[in-house]
Amino acid sequence: MLAAIRPDDWNFPLLLHVLGASLLLGALITAVTAQLLAWKRRGPADVIPYARLSFRTLLIAAIPAWFLMRIGGEWVASKGWNDIDPAPAWLDIGYLTAELGGLLILVSTILAGIGARRLGRSNGEQGATLVRVATVLVVLVTIAYVITTWAMSAKPD
Amino acid sequence: MGLYDWLLALHVLSAFAWVSALVLYSVVLAASWGASIPSDVARMFRVTKVGDVLIAVGMIGTIVFGVWLALDEYEIWDGWIIAALVLWLAAAATGGRGGKHYNGVRDRANALVAEGRNEPSPELTAGLQSTRGLMFHSATVVITLALLVVMIYKPGA
Repeated sequence: MLAAIRPDDWNFPLLLHVLGASLLLGALITAVTAQLLAWKRRGPADVIPYARLSFRTLLIAAIPAWFLMRIGGEWVASKGWNDIDPAPAWLDIGYLTAELGGLLILVSTILAGIGARRLGRSNGEQGATLVRVATVLVVLVTIAYVITTWAMSAKPD
Repeated sequence: MGLYDWLLALHVLSAFAWVSALVLYSVVLAASWGASIPSDVARMFRVTKVGDVLIAVGMIGTIVFGVWLALDEYEIWDGWIIAALVLWLAAAATGGRGGKHYNGVRDRANALVAEGRNEPSPELTAGLQSTRGLMFHSATVVITLALLVVMIYKPGA
């Protein structure tokens, strides 16, 4: 309920945090969808465009959205949440998945980029494994962020 | 966790599904911009099937859980809730019009592929770059952002 009666000066950082988180989830779902479509198909005419779409979505949408989510979140936390000892479980979940998820998104983007490049250069012969590893990582991050969204909005004790 | 916590979590998750769908559609439109080969357009629009599920879940979930929350915790005639309902209806209207336009482009691309006519189609490019389609999609994005602002700031609450 604290979030429902929050002071007005929390609103803008919270808006940035929620906007960043929702854009991030959207970018991850888009990247996963493209990666899974690439995984299902064998022909280079399908695999290469989907692999490129996934990589570009991670690079251009997911990473900036992660920063927006993280900066907004830290700004909100600096308004008093960081002073609570012990920290509530949902806040710990948020920090853990934000940091670990950010690292996995970075690794996934690099793998997806290298994989898409190799697929393009070899006409679909090489690079599929890297794209598939990136797919698994992005699926895990997406699931973690859905659970985090539930935890941060429901705030279970 | 009480009923309020569950309703809020489901409302927020629905809102995230809605924004995720808009991100997905925006990525597909950007990736398809200027495309003219029917199979390329059809391929990119396969990604939007996930967006169609997300937007349905998001719009229905936000209104159902949102009104439930309003009846449970607030007053349905509060100014910010009425503003949110008006914005929801506006987003449904513009989103529906935009969706109808781009579904037409997708269906035309699929029909051309089915007919074996995979040569560049100026008609598809015109549909993808249509001011009308872009205007409705952009309006939906702006209205959704305004809805998010109203939800966070709750003016008059």
